[in-house]
Amino acid sequence: MSDLRELYQEVILDHGKRPRNFRHPGDANREAKGDNPLCGDKVTIYLKLSPDRRIEDVAFQGRGCAISTASASLMTELLKGKTEAEANALFGAFHHMCTHDDAAPDLPKSLEDEFDRLQVLSGVRQYPMRVKCATLAWHTMKAALDGAGNASTE
Amino acid sequence: MTTAATRQPALRNAYDVEAVRRDFPILATKVRGKPLVFLDSGASAQKPRAVVDTVREVYEKGYANIHRGVYQLSQLATERFEAVRGKVAKFLNAASAEEIVFTRNATEAINLVAQSYGRTFFKEGDEVVVSEMEHHANIVPWQMLEMQIGIKVKVAPIDDAGELIMEKFATLLGPRTKLVAITHCSNVLGTVTPAAEIARLAHAKGIPVLLDGSQAVVHLDVDVRAIDADFYVFTGHKLYGPSGTGVLYGKKALLAKMPPYQGGGDMIAHVSFAGTTFREPPHRFEAGTPAIAEVIGLGAAIDYVESVGRARIAEWEHELRDYATARLSEIPGLTIYGTSKSKAAIVSFALDCAHPHDIGTILDMEGVAIRAGHHCAEPLMDRLAVPATARASFAMYNTPAEADALVRALRKVREMFA
Repeated sequence: MSDLRELYQEVILDHGKRPRNFRHPGDANREAKGDNPLCGDKVTIYLKLSPDRRIEDVAFQGRGCAISTASASLMTELLKGKTEAEANALFGAFHHMCTHDDAAPDLPKSLEDEFDRLQVLSGVRQYPMRVKCATLAWHTMKAALDGAGNASTE
Repeated sequence: MTTAATRQPALRNAYDVEAVRRDFPILATKVRGKPLVFLDSGASAQKPRAVVDTVREVYEKGYANIHRGVYQLSQLATERFEAVRGKVAKFLNAASAEEIVFTRNATEAINLVAQSYGRTFFKEGDEVVVSEMEHHANIVPWQMLEMQIGIKVKVAPIDDAGELIMEKFATLLGPRTKLVAITHCSNVLGTVTPAAEIARLAHAKGIPVLLDGSQAVVHLDVDVRAIDADFYVFTGHKLYGPSGTGVLYGKKALLAKMPPYQGGGDMIAHVSFAGTTFREPPHRFEAGTPAIAEVIGLGAAIDYVESVGRARIAEWEHELRDYATARLSEIPGLTIYGTSKSKAAIVSFALDCAHPHDIGTILDMEGVAIRAGHHCAEPLMDRLAVPATARASFAMYNTPAEADALVRALRKVREMFA
């Protein structure tokens, strides 16, 4: 069970069962839908972006496995109050962490605490089939920031 | 309450599953240090040594291109390849080997019928009737005809047990219906459809029937003439044979009026720039060099299945199905999808506490391989109102102990998620 516990850490099980910011904010001004056609996971990310492109609110709805739900939930906690540039930097570092063994490059010191909290998802590295579950919400958040409307892991 | 220990002895019969298991080398493999419990044969079955050895032997001792060489090696390869055509005809109880077309898989066989038969004989506004529980392979080729020539795909609904609602199916058969294309056994629900009754109803209105037998040939003794199927397709890799082998059975009269699907070598009588003529079926539909060693390997797979006995395999699998269903039903929060009485050893399920993908990953850690996802049947997932299911599919080499291992692993999933 030890390998499993590395993937399904308590934090992930907790966020998977009780996702934070699982709602549709009435004042959201950006949204994007993401899906993983292979597994049927679906997520919608809602952002309230200020005129100076700061994320004032971020929430999500959808259905998916524990990994994708927990990842979306954690993401919403970390991104609230961040600038678009900070969100992009965190996504870059997170994506690198999910797919590489070495340390993520070029993350500003100010985001280190946030990145540390994402380490609970690093177990997906060992499960290539599950990397898409962990990154779906982030790809979708990026699509919402970019005004793309849709994201797919395919 | 009956316990597993009291139920298991009922499974004892003359079937020597341990002997069968010894014939499948991969079953001795360990996964993450645990014995492999392979419950995903519905996606692709493992291969008996007889198949592995035959393919290797062809390459080591008997390989050459077929239908061409004047030399002995080519003639021998041709004879062995063509002998499998006869073997498949007998396996399906077709009237003759000329009714057997080799394809890459069942998907290609259905596309062949759609593009050759469909594009020739269907017109705008004509209809093809499929069911709600089809694999994408028996949906998308017909949707392509919707886009290409404007036909309409009509969908026969299923009930909550996963059975085709025959009264509703019958009402879909109208003057514009040009083909019924329905699975003989659902890859998700395990439901075995009443193929002969489907054909009888369709034929009463002059409509031909295509059956997708990809799962059915593995679990049932299929007789295309007793069913009176016009087209019957299956894939070799689910029948313990090599991948890259598929079969289209078509009644001779139908194949004879169908134009070629793909053009190239081996399907022509004569080629000139003034005009080309085509060979008779089945060769007309087999352009290019086929999967020679693999088709010969498919012959070995059929021989192997026949040597164990299709009726005995079916009986064993039914016991496995009943045992697994009973054991799974003991798990709180577990729902089984597909409860038809006429059902193959395919058990789809969901847990209220965990997504099928989480189930699949945790089971994998226990050495238990199942399928998690939409099973290439998204419309059926919509009908069941689930994003995905977990599926355990049982084969001739599975054991009750493996069903127990599945149940133990699922209890671990519950410990973690419930």
